Amino acid sequence: MMRQAPRRAADYGPIAFPAAMLLLFFAVPFGLMIAVSFFQRVEGGFYEPAFVWSNYARFLSVFFGRVLSFSMLLAAGVAVLSVALAFPFTYLLTRLRRRTQVLWLVFLLSVLSLSEVIIGFAWATLLSANAGLTNLLVMLGLMDAPTSLSPGLGAVLVGIVYQAFPYTVLVLYPALSRLDPTLMEAARTLGSSPLKGFFTVVVPALRNSIVATLIMVFVFALGCYLLPQLLGRPQHWTLSVLITDQALFQANMPFAAAMAVFLVLVSLGLVGLSLLVGKKENAA
Amino acid sequence: MSAYLNRLFLSAVALFLALPLIVVAGVSINAKKALTFPPQGFSLGWYAEIVTDHGWRDALTASLLVATLSAALAVLVAFPLAWFLWRYHAPWAKLVHALGLMPFVLPPVITALGLLGFWTTAGFFGEAWTVVVSHGIFFVTLPLVTVTLGFSAIEPTLVEAAATMGADDRTVLRTVVVPLIRPYVVSGFAFAFVLSLNEYIISYMTVGFTMETLPVKIFNALRYGYTPTMAAIAVLFVAVAALVFGLIARFGDLPKLLGAWSAEDR
Repeated sequence: MMRQAPRRAADYGPIAFPAAMLLLFFAVPFGLMIAVSFFQRVEGGFYEPAFVWSNYARFLSVFFGRVLSFSMLLAAGVAVLSVALAFPFTYLLTRLRRRTQVLWLVFLLSVLSLSEVIIGFAWATLLSANAGLTNLLVMLGLMDAPTSLSPGLGAVLVGIVYQAFPYTVLVLYPALSRLDPTLMEAARTLGSSPLKGFFTVVVPALRNSIVATLIMVFVFALGCYLLPQLLGRPQHWTLSVLITDQALFQANMPFAAAMAVFLVLVSLGLVGLSLLVGKKENAA
Repeated sequence: MSAYLNRLFLSAVALFLALPLIVVAGVSINAKKALTFPPQGFSLGWYAEIVTDHGWRDALTASLLVATLSAALAVLVAFPLAWFLWRYHAPWAKLVHALGLMPFVLPPVITALGLLGFWTTAGFFGEAWTVVVSHGIFFVTLPLVTVTLGFSAIEPTLVEAAATMGADDRTVLRTVVVPLIRPYVVSGFAFAFVLSLNEYIISYMTVGFTMETLPVKIFNALRYGYTPTMAAIAVLFVAVAALVFGLIARFGDLPKLLGAWSAEDR
């Protein structure tokens, strides 16, 4: 079928509804948020139209710097851990029989769709002193008394990796399932062990996919909002938490909007970068 | 040896993913109102409480209603857009497409904050229907991706044959496109439904102060301490997700939907 340009005005009919909905309920709120980030806050939790940079100037505070650097470090840690775990896993997954693959995919999607609230609750239970893993260690005689492992940085990290892992697998899945199986066969025929073949053939072949996935998971982890609150202490709060806190509880919408605009720029920049890296691989 | 190690690694991952769910399932059948694992006694009372307790039942109803309506809205927005992109050659329409992919790429807090400001300015803040529209837009990406994939899988010769025999756009849509694309529409709806059911931050920032969906209710209840009812709800959520994705896998091609090439594409 030859696709042509729409000729009559009526041809545009079908796209009018989606375009209007997306403009009104996504583009307009988005634009409004950018505008509010330049507004002036007035006492009593309101704001008035203005054009000031003071909301952005608050980025220079030590407090903001601390939250920002913690968010970035946390997201980077999550990205590295998730990809390190998910890459070999996805490789093995794509080599399984189709039926087994489908079972795994259903399981992964079920975990991925779980609410952050439920993941937080589940890990808090698992790491608690009453119902947690440490009880098992006590039972085995490895520990004297059950202790609580949450809240803490470790708990936050484990919780977010748990949430990000299925996402990472699904981002890597297309690239790995399209990997030419003869590459590995050639390496094996030439005498390399499976492990050596994996590291010297599979990993380099998908270098760009790995970098692109690292970036995507980083952005995913930046969006994490509830787990730092449920599994961490206030010093483990991320930028996402700070944004909602300012908007809802400190009634400082302009500052929240300024931080959100900053988060958008960082995310879009990184996503653009990952697309660029991904494209390079397809061209090669 | 190597096959054994591979299996060990896969089992370890399965354990990591399943462990919190197992503990939660254990807690949910505790006889006493306490969080202990292994469970002491056996009771399904906490599951009954989801429907007998007013607060939990209302939250469950609200969540199901919001998820159904917003998934339907997401499909209604995504389908004509995907059809238009497939039918016509219109470069600027790609901008609308990009707009439809945006909410999912950005951290959710951004959409949530944008909508909070929007509904407040428009004077509708806190009204129940606003969360339906908000979720419908936020999750539009999912049906958009699945339906676009469905359109790209339609054999062009089928459409040409229909057109040669005198079918107009409407007839082609009804007799060729819709039957072929139905599984992709259903999957898109199902993805949006499950994710809406689990979504927290947008629900919280749009209607959090006037209406409780299940995730919001769980988070609010966590402040007053744990109850096994939460664990029962968590189990329910996992079961619903597994059921929905299981059905998609049963009636559709899950690996293909997730971007793998099937054997005949190679």
